[in-house]
Amino acid sequence: MTMLTIVGMAIVTMVPRFIPAFIMDRIALKPWLNKWLNAIPFAALGALIFPGVMTVIESDPWIGIVGGLVAAAIALLNLNVIFSVIGAIVAVYLLTM
Amino acid sequence: MNEEALPEEQSIGAAFKQGTIAGVPICLGYMPIAIAYGVLASQSGLTIFETTMMSVLVFAGAAQFMAANMFAQGALFLQIVVATFVLNFRHFIMSMSLMNQFKHYSLPWKFGLSLGLTDETFAVSALHKKQAKKENSMFFYLALILIAYLSWVFGSLAGALLGEVVPSQLSDSMGIALYAMFIGLLVPSVKKEWRLGLIAILAMILNYFFSRKVGLDTGWAIVLATIFGSLAAIPLMKEEAIE
Repeated sequence: MTMLTIVGMAIVTMVPRFIPAFIMDRIALKPWLNKWLNAIPFAALGALIFPGVMTVIESDPWIGIVGGLVAAAIALLNLNVIFSVIGAIVAVYLLTM
Repeated sequence: MNEEALPEEQSIGAAFKQGTIAGVPICLGYMPIAIAYGVLASQSGLTIFETTMMSVLVFAGAAQFMAANMFAQGALFLQIVVATFVLNFRHFIMSMSLMNQFKHYSLPWKFGLSLGLTDETFAVSALHKKQAKKENSMFFYLALILIAYLSWVFGSLAGALLGEVVPSQLSDSMGIALYAMFIGLLVPSVKKEWRLGLIAILAMILNYFFSRKVGLDTGWAIVLATIFGSLAAIPLMKEEAIE
């Protein structure tokens, strides 16, 4: 039964992922539609970051926010994303000591 | 879009190598989370095989954590499958955007690459948009997805095998990794075009409102915040300003 549930999860995850592969070239791309589709990554990133970042340490939302600010500060210096990731981990580690 | 221009030359090997490099931050972000998932899933009563197969077949972090919790609480087949659908439906919106970027690829390539779409592979792929205009660029995206997928699967297996050996303070700190990656990806684009920052902040406020004030499921809240946040681009952005 567990494997069956896992297969069910796989199917309902796969279908929404692949349907756009079949339909997107049939939609005549009006300029406004293109603008919308091109902006989706940035809206998605915003929604993925907040308020989720406050739940990194359940008991103290500020630790996640400070970790996120450290990542943003490092990214502003034009360093690779890896340094944002490492910097934020170190910041959260120090704050939870 | 400049259809008549010849694509920039790029060998398959070079595309694959560049894609692997672009995937390293995802790998780094996935590892600790995959291990944490493996530990949690095996504590929830899943076998090592089941824990790993869920990563092989589903490849969606948040849904797998949720499912492991639901298995532990004795949830039924339909509850877990429906909850997974709700949580992962955001990938439909992301895939629409990514398949627009890949519209010149053949259907088998589009289909194959779409199956590897996660929040993280989508974000990195979408922010390497110029790559899609180069020759053999599908191998760039394939490599990026493969390295992310392998780190997810082997991380889960490692977590299931190791059990509770990672000190909790370290694994808690690692929870920031994917958020830091999203922030690290967003900031350079906002530096170039402030309107993109406005769109991201609008989506943040909307997601906060839908999830914390309206009380929607995380999945629907992210879907709605992404749709409405990005709609702001229609009046806000100039044509082709987003590159």
